[in-house]
Amino acid sequence: MIRIISIFVGLFFTVALLWSLGNGAAAFISEPPHETVEHAFHKHPKDVHFASDGALGRFDNQQLQRGFKVYKEVCAACHALRHVAFRDLAAIGYNEDEVKAIAKSFEIPAYNQATGEVKSSPGIATDYFPPVAYGGQGSPPDLSLITKARHDGAAYTYSLLTGYQAQPAELLKKFPDAKTPDGLHYNPYFANLNLAMPQPITSDDQVTYTDGTKATVDQMAKDVSAFLIWTAEPKLDKRKQTGWAVLGFLLFATVLAYMAYRNVWAGKKGH
Amino acid sequence: MSFPWAQEYKPQAPLMQWLDERLPLPRLVYNAVGAGYPVPRNLNYMWNFGVLAGFCLALQIVTGVILAMHYAANAGVAFDSVEHIMRDVNWGWMLRYAHANGASAFFVVVYLHIFRGFFYSSYKAPREMIWLLGVLIFLLMMATAFMGYVLPWGQMSFWGAKVITGLFGAIPLVGEPIQQWLLGGFAPDNAALNRFFSLHFLLPFVIAGVVILHIWALHIPGSSNPTGVEVKQESDTVPFHPYYTAKDGFGLGVFLIGYCALLFFAPNMLGHPDNYIPANPLSTPAHIVPEWYFWPFYAILRAFTSDFFFIPAKLMGVLAMFSAILVWFFLPWLDRSPVRSGHYRPMFRKFFWVLVIDTLILGYCGGAPAEEPYVMISQVAAIYYFAHFLIILPIVSAIERPAPLPFSITEAVLGKDENAVLAPPAVPLSA
Repeated sequence: MIRIISIFVGLFFTVALLWSLGNGAAAFISEPPHETVEHAFHKHPKDVHFASDGALGRFDNQQLQRGFKVYKEVCAACHALRHVAFRDLAAIGYNEDEVKAIAKSFEIPAYNQATGEVKSSPGIATDYFPPVAYGGQGSPPDLSLITKARHDGAAYTYSLLTGYQAQPAELLKKFPDAKTPDGLHYNPYFANLNLAMPQPITSDDQVTYTDGTKATVDQMAKDVSAFLIWTAEPKLDKRKQTGWAVLGFLLFATVLAYMAYRNVWAGKKGH
Repeated sequence: MSFPWAQEYKPQAPLMQWLDERLPLPRLVYNAVGAGYPVPRNLNYMWNFGVLAGFCLALQIVTGVILAMHYAANAGVAFDSVEHIMRDVNWGWMLRYAHANGASAFFVVVYLHIFRGFFYSSYKAPREMIWLLGVLIFLLMMATAFMGYVLPWGQMSFWGAKVITGLFGAIPLVGEPIQQWLLGGFAPDNAALNRFFSLHFLLPFVIAGVVILHIWALHIPGSSNPTGVEVKQESDTVPFHPYYTAKDGFGLGVFLIGYCALLFFAPNMLGHPDNYIPANPLSTPAHIVPEWYFWPFYAILRAFTSDFFFIPAKLMGVLAMFSAILVWFFLPWLDRSPVRSGHYRPMFRKFFWVLVIDTLILGYCGGAPAEEPYVMISQVAAIYYFAHFLIILPIVSAIERPAPLPFSITEAVLGKDENAVLAPPAVPLSA
C-alpha cells in the first residue's frame, strides 16, 4: 500500500516539475533571454600577484606601508576603515612613536552623552580610524573588509583602480541605451559597469614614496590593494604559520595512527 | 543487547570495582565503544564517517561555546563583535574559522554517512529506528546551521534569513502570521537575531541527545556491513576496541588533515563574500544563495516555476523541498528488496550512482543564479530525484534479480567458512 501511495506522490511531483519545465521551455523559445550589457562587457579581474599569495606567501611590510600611505592620502578622503585601530599598524612595521604620530594626524569625534556636543580631538593609538563624512554621489563602502567582501579580493580592487576607460564605441553600438549616466564613470571591472567613484589614482607620483619605489599608477594600485588584504585579514601570516605547524603534526600523527592500525589488524585477513 | 560472545567488562582496580557497583559508567563505555561491542570484521572506510560525525559535533560545540563568550547577539553590534573575535580575541580568528569550516566538514561527513546508508541499504530491518533518528539528526543539523549562518549579521545572513523564513509565508491562509511570529517582526531584525542565537546554542545539545538514541538503537542489532549479510557467529566479528578504535584513529587523522588545510589556507573558500558586508535591509544582493550544503534542496525549491492547478509555485517548491528530505523517512518501506548491499544488486547500483550524480547536479544548480539553463537543468534533476525514491526504488526492488550472497561475513573475508556447508544460503537465490 505504501508503495502505491509513494508512486502516486512521485508522479505528483514529477508531473508538477514537467509542467514547470514545459512552461519554462516554451517561454525560453518564444522569448529567448537577450544578452545584458553587464553580461557582454563585464570583465573578470586582471591576473595580479601579491607577496601574501599562496600557502607560503608572507606580507611585505614595505609594500603595506606604501599602501597605507596611498590609503591615507587618496582613499581616506571618502572611505572609512572602521575595523582597524591605529595600534594595529604596529604589525606592519611602524614603531610606537610612528603609530602615535599617525593617530595624532586623525581627528576623532566623540559624542558627549550629557551635553549632546560632538567634540573632536587628535587620535591616540587605541582609537580606531574615524568615520568619514561624505556628501557626494554614491556611498563609499568601508574598506576594512573590502578584499574579503568582493569576489577575487585584492585582484578586484587592483583591477578596479587601474580599469577606468572611456566607454567602448562597440558597447554603445550594441546597447544604445547603456550610455554611462552623468556623474558616473565607466569601469568594466565594476559589476554594473558604471560607478560613482571617479578614477582615484590618476597620475604617477600622486603619492610620494620615500623608500625609493617608483610611484607609478600601477604600483600604487597594487600597494593599496596589498594594504587592504592586510586590513581585511591582519592575522593572515600567523594563520598560515600555524597551519604549517598543525599540518606537520597531523601528518606525523596520522602516519603513527596508520601504523597502529596496520599493527592491530595484522593477521586479520582482508585488511 | 549484544551478541552472546561479547566480552564482559571485568574491572580490575578496586576503585573501578567500587564504581562499577554504584554507577557502571565504565561498563557502559566498554560495551558501547570498547572491547564489549562486537563489530563485523569487514567494514570498509565508508564506516568511518559515523565516528567522524560525532567528532564534528563535539568540535562544533566546543568552538561554539567559546565563540559565544565573545559574540554579541544584537543587530547593532553583532557584525562588529565577529570582527572583534577575528582581530582582538586571542586565537579568535582560529576559533571562528574552525567553527565556520567545521560546519562544512560536518556536512561533508554526514552526506557521506547518509549516502553510505543509501548504497548499503543501512535503513532496512532491523535498523529502521537508527535510520529514522539519523534523518531527524540531519534535519536538526540543517536548522542549526541555517541559524548559525544568520549570526554574523552580514548581507547573506540577513537575506538568507529573509528568504528561508519567507518560505513559511507560502503556507495558505496562516502563512504570513506564522512568518511574523517566527521572526518577531515583519523582517529579520534584532528579535529574530536573538532567538536564532538562543536556538543555535540550544539545538546542538538536542542533536547530542538524539545522537545518543541513534547509537543506542545501533547497538541493538549491531552495525551493518558491506555484504549486508547479518552477523552469524563469533568469527564474523572483531571487538570494537582495539580494531575499530585503531581504524577510526587513522580515519580521524586523514579527516583532520583535509579539514585543517581548509581552515588554515582557504578558510573563506566555502563562504560567500557578501557576508563580509554588514546586513543592509535596503540593499538586496544580486544573487541570494545559502551555504553549499543547502544547494541541492535550494535547487529543488527554485525548480517549481509555474503554478500547478490551484497550488502556487512557491508553495509547491516549499512542499517539494521538505519532501525531498522527508521521503528518506519512508525508505525502509519503499525499498522492499531483501538484499541490503548494493554490491549484490546490479540494477539498484546503477540507479544509486545516477542519484549521486543527480544530487551533485542539483547542488551545482542550487549555487548558480536562478536563470537559464540552470533552472531547466535543476527541473530535470529534481524530476529524477523524486522519481528515484518514490517510483524507481519500489519498482526496482520488486523486479531486480540480486547476485548470490556469501554465506557469512567470514566467507566474504576469508573466501571460505567451514559452517557454510551446514546451512542454506543467507537469502534464497530466487528472491
